[in-house]
Amino acid sequence: MSATPLPQHWRPPPLIANARLRWCLIGGGAVYLLLALASLEVNWQRVLDGVPRAARLVAAFFPPDFASRQADIIEGMIESLTMTVTSTVAGILISVPIGIGAARNVAPLPIYLACRAIIAVSRSFQEIIIAIVLVALVGFGPLAGFLTLSFATIGFLSKLLAEDIEDIDPSPAEAVRATGASWLQWLNYGIQPQVMPRLIGLALYRLDINFRESAVIGIVGAGGIGATLNTAIDRYEFDSAAAILVLIIVIVMAAEYLSSWIRGRVQ
Amino acid sequence: MMIPAPSGSQGPVWRRRAPRAELARFAGWLALVALTVFCFELMTRGTIWAFFFDAPRQAADLASRMVPPRWSYIHELWWPLWETLNIATLGTLLALAMGVPIAFLAARNTTPSATLVRPLALLVIASSRSINSLIWALLLVSVIGPGALAGIFAIALRSIGFIGKLLYEAIEEIDASQVEAVTATGASGPQVLVYGIWPQILPAFAGISVFRWDINIRESTVLGLVGAGGIGLQLQASLNVLAWPQVTLIFLVILATVVASEWVSARVRHAFI
Repeated sequence: MSATPLPQHWRPPPLIANARLRWCLIGGGAVYLLLALASLEVNWQRVLDGVPRAARLVAAFFPPDFASRQADIIEGMIESLTMTVTSTVAGILISVPIGIGAARNVAPLPIYLACRAIIAVSRSFQEIIIAIVLVALVGFGPLAGFLTLSFATIGFLSKLLAEDIEDIDPSPAEAVRATGASWLQWLNYGIQPQVMPRLIGLALYRLDINFRESAVIGIVGAGGIGATLNTAIDRYEFDSAAAILVLIIVIVMAAEYLSSWIRGRVQ
Repeated sequence: MMIPAPSGSQGPVWRRRAPRAELARFAGWLALVALTVFCFELMTRGTIWAFFFDAPRQAADLASRMVPPRWSYIHELWWPLWETLNIATLGTLLALAMGVPIAFLAARNTTPSATLVRPLALLVIASSRSINSLIWALLLVSVIGPGALAGIFAIALRSIGFIGKLLYEAIEEIDASQVEAVTATGASGPQVLVYGIWPQILPAFAGISVFRWDINIRESTVLGLVGAGGIGLQLQASLNVLAWPQVTLIFLVILATVVASEWVSARVRHAFI
């Protein structure tokens, strides 16, 4: 029998079981944190100046002024909303074939690899960078934003759709195939009904994301409410900026409630 | 529902839906198409199509300017890259410090008051989530001045909503019996939190943090466009002088960073979950 006394206190098991690895991570984290904080160049005088400025800024935000830039705000909102709808629809139309192609249980290897490559490219560049390039290509305005958001939608929807198709229950698909169905019929009756509810959910989620992104890409000239917001802040018209922010928050929240309601109905 | 159609000469034809449901679906799709076309028309009212059809030529022109990347510029990018990493990491830590309490206030089973505190916490989460970090940065740069600090706060303010939302959903899904068991030993409120709730959400917490860190690396690369520090400052400077070879190099560096951070995040999440 070992003579070690029983522990008198219970301690919860640590997240990382290997003690050496744990201490290495903690030590490394601490060293990194010190280096990061040390290399942070902060102009504290400027930050201190910022405190009363922040107070004034917050004061300037209230009350939000919807009226004096009304025409610009409406114009920006129309651009954002139309951009959101069209880019989501276009994105879905393109991403469904790519998503099917990127599912290993449906597509042959060469097509699978090609589609996965498209998804990787679309996912690794973020919207704002794509917008910079597209604005350079097709000029300022919401058309560049539409193309940006469509492109970004492809990476998101295709990837999740492909994963969904790979996770389906193979037996209904096999049953459809056993009836002598053609490849398209097999896709339509064996696979599509299984992934449709989630596809609708994802499309609604992407609609929400696209609206939020449409409020940003305007900063680099791709149209939408972001351009209006950027202008308002540049002109120090913080009450108009506040009005725009309030509108963005309200629309995002409304979209979220609507999409959770629709998702609840289809799923 | 399966409705057998009236049998013709070739026997009954199977249809997927009843005629009425078929018609309703058709109307729905038609409305969607109409809406899309209408939106597209509205959106492109001001579009100058000559610019759009000119795009292939512009693309060729731009490509000829962007290639080859100016590799020697990389020495000026190490410091901004380090700053970008710091903005993302410190911003994530700050967001965790603020997002975790808000998640506990927003979760139905841990909130002190479901009628007063919970809606408030949910409002904070929703506002933080609806506003992109670039917009937060735009506001913060005008408050605390340009620089990495504005970027850190912008990242943190955007991440609170993300961390808060995912974490409060995790808290609401915990097993109540374990909490009850800890309570039954006579544990105080903080003890219940530490021994009953926290261990159950720890894996979710670790996963969410690393996931958000990965997203934050992505977002912090462009915060410099509005003056909030990091490699985006170099991007903005290069764009302003149309130094496309430098822009290409910055894009490549950003791409490499994003891929690396995604790899790290996937490895860590795989280890925890």
